[in-house]
Amino acid sequence: MTVGATAIAVVLGVVLGTGVWLVPPRIREICLRVIDAMVAFPGLLLALVVAAVLGAGGSSAVIAIGLSGIPYFARLTANLAAKVSQQEYVSTARLLGVSHGRIAVRHMLPNMAEPLLVLSASTFAATLTAISALSFVGLGVQSPSYDWGKLLNEALPSLLAGRPFQMAGSAALVILTGLGAVLIGDGLAAAANPRGRTATARSAAPSTGPDEAVPASDHLADVRDLWIHAGGEPLVKGISFGIRRGEIVGIVGESGSGKTLTAMSLAQLLPDGLTSTAARMSIGDLDLRRPVAPALMAEAVSLIYQDPGSTFNPALRMGGQLTEVLRTHKGLSAQAARQRVLDALKVVHMTRPEHRMKQHPHELSGGMRQRAMIATALAVEPRLIIADEPTTALDVTVQAEILRELKRVNSEFGASIVFISHDIGVVRALCDRVLVMYHGEIVEEIAAADLAVETVRHPYTKTLLEAAPDIDGPVGGRPGGSGDPEHAKEHSHG
Amino acid sequence: MDEAIAVEVRDLEVGYGWGGNATRILHGITMDVARGRTVGIVGESGSGKSTLAKALVGLVRPTAGSVKVGGVHVSSARGADRRAMRRKVQMIPQDPYSSLDPRRTIGEALAEAVDPRRAKVTAHRDEIVHWLETVRMPADTIDRYPHECSGGQRQRVAIARGLMIRPEVVIADEITSALDVSVQAEILNLLASLRRELDLTMVFISHNLAVIRHVSDEVVVLYHGDIVEQAPAADLYQRPRHEYTRTLLDSVPGAPGFDIRPRPRKDAS
Amino acid sequence: MASLDSTRALGVPPPDPLTGARQRPMRISSAWLRFAVRRLASLLVIFVALLVVSFLIVQLIPGDPAVGIAGANADLADIQRIRAELGLDRPIWERFLDHVGGVLSGDLGTSFMYRQPVSALIVNRLPFTATIAVTGILVVLVISVPLGMLIGVLTRGGRRKWLDVAFGMVTGFLDSIPGYIMASFLVVTFALGIGLVPLFPPAYTPRFGAASFVLPVVAIAIGPICTISRVVRREMAVVLETDYMRTARGWRLPALRRHVRWALPNLLTTTLTLSGLILTGMVGGAIIIESVFALPGLGSGIIKAILDRDYPVIQGMVLVIGMITAIINLLVDVLLGLIDPRTLGGSHVSA
Repeated sequence: MTVGATAIAVVLGVVLGTGVWLVPPRIREICLRVIDAMVAFPGLLLALVVAAVLGAGGSSAVIAIGLSGIPYFARLTANLAAKVSQQEYVSTARLLGVSHGRIAVRHMLPNMAEPLLVLSASTFAATLTAISALSFVGLGVQSPSYDWGKLLNEALPSLLAGRPFQMAGSAALVILTGLGAVLIGDGLAAAANPRGRTATARSAAPSTGPDEAVPASDHLADVRDLWIHAGGEPLVKGISFGIRRGEIVGIVGESGSGKTLTAMSLAQLLPDGLTSTAARMSIGDLDLRRPVAPALMAEAVSLIYQDPGSTFNPALRMGGQLTEVLRTHKGLSAQAARQRVLDALKVVHMTRPEHRMKQHPHELSGGMRQRAMIATALAVEPRLIIADEPTTALDVTVQAEILRELKRVNSEFGASIVFISHDIGVVRALCDRVLVMYHGEIVEEIAAADLAVETVRHPYTKTLLEAAPDIDGPVGGRPGGSGDPEHAKEHSHG
Repeated sequence: MDEAIAVEVRDLEVGYGWGGNATRILHGITMDVARGRTVGIVGESGSGKSTLAKALVGLVRPTAGSVKVGGVHVSSARGADRRAMRRKVQMIPQDPYSSLDPRRTIGEALAEAVDPRRAKVTAHRDEIVHWLETVRMPADTIDRYPHECSGGQRQRVAIARGLMIRPEVVIADEITSALDVSVQAEILNLLASLRRELDLTMVFISHNLAVIRHVSDEVVVLYHGDIVEQAPAADLYQRPRHEYTRTLLDSVPGAPGFDIRPRPRKDAS
Repeated sequence: MASLDSTRALGVPPPDPLTGARQRPMRISSAWLRFAVRRLASLLVIFVALLVVSFLIVQLIPGDPAVGIAGANADLADIQRIRAELGLDRPIWERFLDHVGGVLSGDLGTSFMYRQPVSALIVNRLPFTATIAVTGILVVLVISVPLGMLIGVLTRGGRRKWLDVAFGMVTGFLDSIPGYIMASFLVVTFALGIGLVPLFPPAYTPRFGAASFVLPVVAIAIGPICTISRVVRREMAVVLETDYMRTARGWRLPALRRHVRWALPNLLTTTLTLSGLILTGMVGGAIIIESVFALPGLGSGIIKAILDRDYPVIQGMVLVIGMITAIINLLVDVLLGLIDPRTLGGSHVSA
């Protein structure tokens, strides 16, 4: 019975849910609205209506529960189908001339199989519960037939009379069957996925390392022998560097080179599961290898992140967010904090700053949000600003403006800046000194002015420079055409 | 009808919504792509370049104007005609991670391009291997799943899939923007050699002026849905005529006009 | 497509593909106005649908409804009487208009069994169901959200694996126990007491008042608490990984403030979106639970009416229960809109 009802719900639900993505958009929207309205209703009520029409009984209970499951399943399938049909491989298949039906069978269903199996299993469990519930209240199976719900129903009087054990057996069976169905569904889903599960072993340990005598230096920040590990694997391999006061240091490298991790460990913001050790890591007089009081840390380092689209809390207004750090750590009143942020916003040329404070992040453009981020970074008057790919997500004209603001902040306010980028052109334009990172190591440290194919020493730096497509020189030339860099092979055939 | 013209776009307008809510994305685009040539389309976010790509392959219906490929309207054909039509234009998508079905091997993905009906790998094995080699991929990739390949490799497969049915024109939409620079260089080099080997007709879309420059014969600059400049690549980069093109060129770090030294400027409001 | 591109750049989640074509500028007041208009319209649609469904209940009964209703022992006169009462001798559209007119003027017909107006029956029973459902929903939210957040914070980034596993097992187990079995179990443990002190009355009696609602509310809430706290836990893990939480950490905000002021609003939107269905489902759960505890609410009423074939009562109750669910749905959406105005644009059912 349960199987029958589940089958009704699953089959019709999947057909409906996938089907709506193959009909014209207008009709689809109407269908989805109808399904939405139906989903919002308790299935049990629908089941009761069917039971009322067909009379109490086993088969009407099956039909009732089956029908009541359809909207829910159709809606979930439609959601999954929506996600899959937005994938580029579906639109590419359409361009290749694959018909609608084949797209559904070949691309959409297999990629929905996993969640659908889990859903079917949980629907099975829910159906079981629902049918036995119907029987329990006397609307399902009628005497002389029995199912669990009915058994339980008849056991109820004896239970009230103080003999509960009659119930225990069938109750346990209902629960076990439900649990079993869910587990089987999970197992099926795992088996259906060609990508095996990757076990992620993670550990957390305090960041202590062998001490090293404090070298006197004009360095604001000083890092000696920094290692960062994920589990047992080293991601950053014993690098050392310093940052002078008022200097802009660029860290350049490709994805996986460890440049972001290096900066984040300097900000004491390593992701969970990563551990760092260093012989020395300090900003001014703060020893960063030990926990530092949040207020001190907030004044030492400000951060600017890559994707201005997600760095602000979408649920809060800009004003509240931007002033938060000042109110928390500088002990400023809301009014004073607001004034300070407004000043900072004006410094970075934000248009209509008062109005921006009242807006939500999604109402600002990417460039404006990045300006706001720089403004908060300024407002706390930090000693060091760490900017992690702050212009990568921006248009090239906006990028130029943001770079200009950073340069100005540096020259007018004297803040040191660590600027992380994959774009060697940007780094060359902005920075005083550049660290080139490759596979967790600093392979070259060079003045930005010397970044040219002729002057760099390390082959990887040379490759990076050659690979960057340039804007002048002969048109149609080949980037990186002069050599076949060794690392490039690793990328493409690894 | 000029035989040498592969793609002919006339007064193309695309918009969404009705009445007061209507937004027009493209306002009257007119351009040609000659057979065997590559046209680069450059623009910033909101310029309408992705919409233009979708209109070229027929995924977006124009509100006015026309797009013809090989002399046939892209959006007018129906049913089987439309499927045949669609095979004349192929698109290499932007994101190497969603352009291949994760449940199907590389071979199956390519077989679908050769034969959309049955998509049997065995029947077309030689052809698939040939194309994998064309994009400099080892033949044993045929049995691998997309997740076993790097981003650059996936993008090579996507290129093979776009080229192997010999379409009239290939649309490449930001195909290198998700890649590291050194991988991007390889893909650009690959496209540069394929252009010569296969005599490709291509529309190459990117936000990156420097990338466009390495693969295009001609460059179209889009700004807020309008073409502001259209010129042979060498001319455009040497002697930009439009103010916006100049701003764009000067914003590229390393360009002669690039300058981020603080300069006095008024608070705009 | 430019508007699509820019919304993505602005960090707004890609628009619901169902409504993607309707891009519009977000102005708070007009967004609320549109929301009100759209939701009122959909309430109206639901109301009409319920009218039709409740009307069809009688029409769809196989064979001659009057014969079916009167039962096996009825004589011809009984059948005639029922037929006249249901108006089965008149054309269908006339009967439907009657039905609609009756409902709009508050007249839901007269019960066959009790010879009372159906509206009076419903008014008597409504408070019980409403109490259980509303208290249940509040209890669920008050318990499951902090619980899920706590577990999410404690197990972030894969630490405390054991807690994660234990939490999953306990909630999974409790979740798979059907509400009525849980109810019976509670009766055994706390009401009859296998040697324990009988703390709560096993079934509803007016004399115990509020205490009689405790067990039903617990029974109805345990399942959803488990489901929703699991949803919250998962969402919390997602929220903790977001860039804006990293920003908050970068600003060194204290943990409590980060979690309550920064994470909670975002958590609530996704959680309420996902669990709106579960909350409305609790109304359905109430129907069954009421019978276990012999609460004279709408649920036990409709079941009794179905068994008695008391059609006017069934029709009235389907209508009322349906509208209650629709209103709960609406309340969830209003709450969502208050927390995050961006949700006003789309539909809230998107798992």
